[in-house]
Amino acid sequence: MTAIQLEGLGFVYPDGTRALDGVDLSIEPGASVAVIGQNGSGKSTLVRHLNGLLRPTEGRVLHDSEDVAGLRTAALAARVGIVFQNPDRQIFAGRVRDEVAFGPRMLGRGKAEAAAAGAAALEAVGLTDATDANPYDLGYSRRKLLAIASVLAMDTPVVVLDEPTTGQDARGIARVQQVIAQLVADGRTVIAISHDMRFVAESFGRVVVMGSGRVLLDGSPAEVFAESAWPVLASTYLEPTHAARVGARLGLGSTPTEARLVEVLSARG
Amino acid sequence: MLRLAGVGYRYAGYAKPVLSDIDLTLADGEIVGVVGANEAGKSTLCLVASGLAPGSIGGALTGGGFSIDGESMAGKPLHEFSTRVGIGFQNPATQLSGVTGSVFEEVALGPMNLGLHRRDTVERVRAALATLGIEDLAEREPRRLSGGQGQLVVIASLLAMRPSHLVLDEPTAQLDPEGTRLVGEALRALAKTGAALLIAEHKTDLLDGLCSRVVVLDRGRIVADGPTGAVLDDPALVERGVDPPSRVRLARALREARLDPGLVA
Repeated sequence: MTAIQLEGLGFVYPDGTRALDGVDLSIEPGASVAVIGQNGSGKSTLVRHLNGLLRPTEGRVLHDSEDVAGLRTAALAARVGIVFQNPDRQIFAGRVRDEVAFGPRMLGRGKAEAAAAGAAALEAVGLTDATDANPYDLGYSRRKLLAIASVLAMDTPVVVLDEPTTGQDARGIARVQQVIAQLVADGRTVIAISHDMRFVAESFGRVVVMGSGRVLLDGSPAEVFAESAWPVLASTYLEPTHAARVGARLGLGSTPTEARLVEVLSARG
Repeated sequence: MLRLAGVGYRYAGYAKPVLSDIDLTLADGEIVGVVGANEAGKSTLCLVASGLAPGSIGGALTGGGFSIDGESMAGKPLHEFSTRVGIGFQNPATQLSGVTGSVFEEVALGPMNLGLHRRDTVERVRAALATLGIEDLAEREPRRLSGGQGQLVVIASLLAMRPSHLVLDEPTAQLDPEGTRLVGEALRALAKTGAALLIAEHKTDLLDGLCSRVVVLDRGRIVADGPTGAVLDDPALVERGVDPPSRVRLARALREARLDPGLVA
């Protein structure tokens, strides 16, 4: 289990672009957290700090109250697995089975153990039938699922997913939701970046809204998509879910998901 | 006008075609949406309609005819396609040229390759960046852009070429709602100039407000082709692995709970 704390985190890219500006965030083990915000609001930069891919230019990143500045990225990678937005930056092996076994091997697991972890991860994302395929013979959406599997196979206490649903059809999104539910059930922490508000409202217990490198809102889907929060969402060019808009129009309070809207309407009779 | 008549396509090294009997006409000024489950053939259709398959990646058309503005394109060299059909790939990282030092140069690359005068190029680049609200990215290094910013720059590059036919494979996959809205407006404006557009998308909410027609692909074949409302309201869409627009989903959920679906309107 790894608790994550960000204290006054700031980051400026070498070309002078400020991506993060005083971010304070505390994430308990086992939490499911969605990070949302307009393009360029600092979401991807933020998650790259969680496993040391980027190092803060201001502030600190703590794992279980320990500053990670002194730890090598390789050590942090055993705690925080990140699935990148673009699967092609992650995939490199010639066979799917080698791709998913690579992570656990790098963490020092034996061959058989790594292969078993890889097979379980492929099953979790529904790619068992592609075990012997070349990753580049898979379509984009299945390559994205493969990238998720290769991080799942590392069995890290924290899993970060950067835009996991882009390019996925209805079944693919349902598959990603299943994977997240299973991780949460296993007590692992899931942090995801997404622009898909319905996916965010349905799949996460907590939503962090970012704008211009800062945290603008932090709460449950019901709080973040409540009508009173809409002006803040609009300030970072986000919109509430359709279900939330209908619920507000009908005076039903905050109904971030379709299921919640139907529930409240049914109770009203 | 771009027309595929009974076209099939087979990737190099594969025995079975990925697309079969594709009949698809894009009239001038028309925006046509393509939906379908993953692996249904949407991206392949985009490659075929832009001439990149087989022109660039090999494989073979397995029958049928392909014409642009009434002229058969069979066997034409790739550059004949590239000046007449623009294509935006699913993944902006594969499309950004990698040879430019700023977004402004990146967007200028297309118009310059069309042989445009420098002054016209600059004017077109400025207009394209402004249309998508990304003037502030002009001096940024393309390789340092976020995924969504990269996607906007790719679309700006295509707009700057003012194509008469444009094929887009999930143009808004990585965009925030505001970026998605701006791209929708830009595409609508491009169609008004007479361009024919083909857009493959999972976001049926976007297609709902943008397209006059939607075609549904399933295992490489067109299984539905009709007015947007009729195709996206069809209950069969879900069985094809396609998520309907939120208005349709919500109305259906209310109906199932014996509530008034009219509450969504």
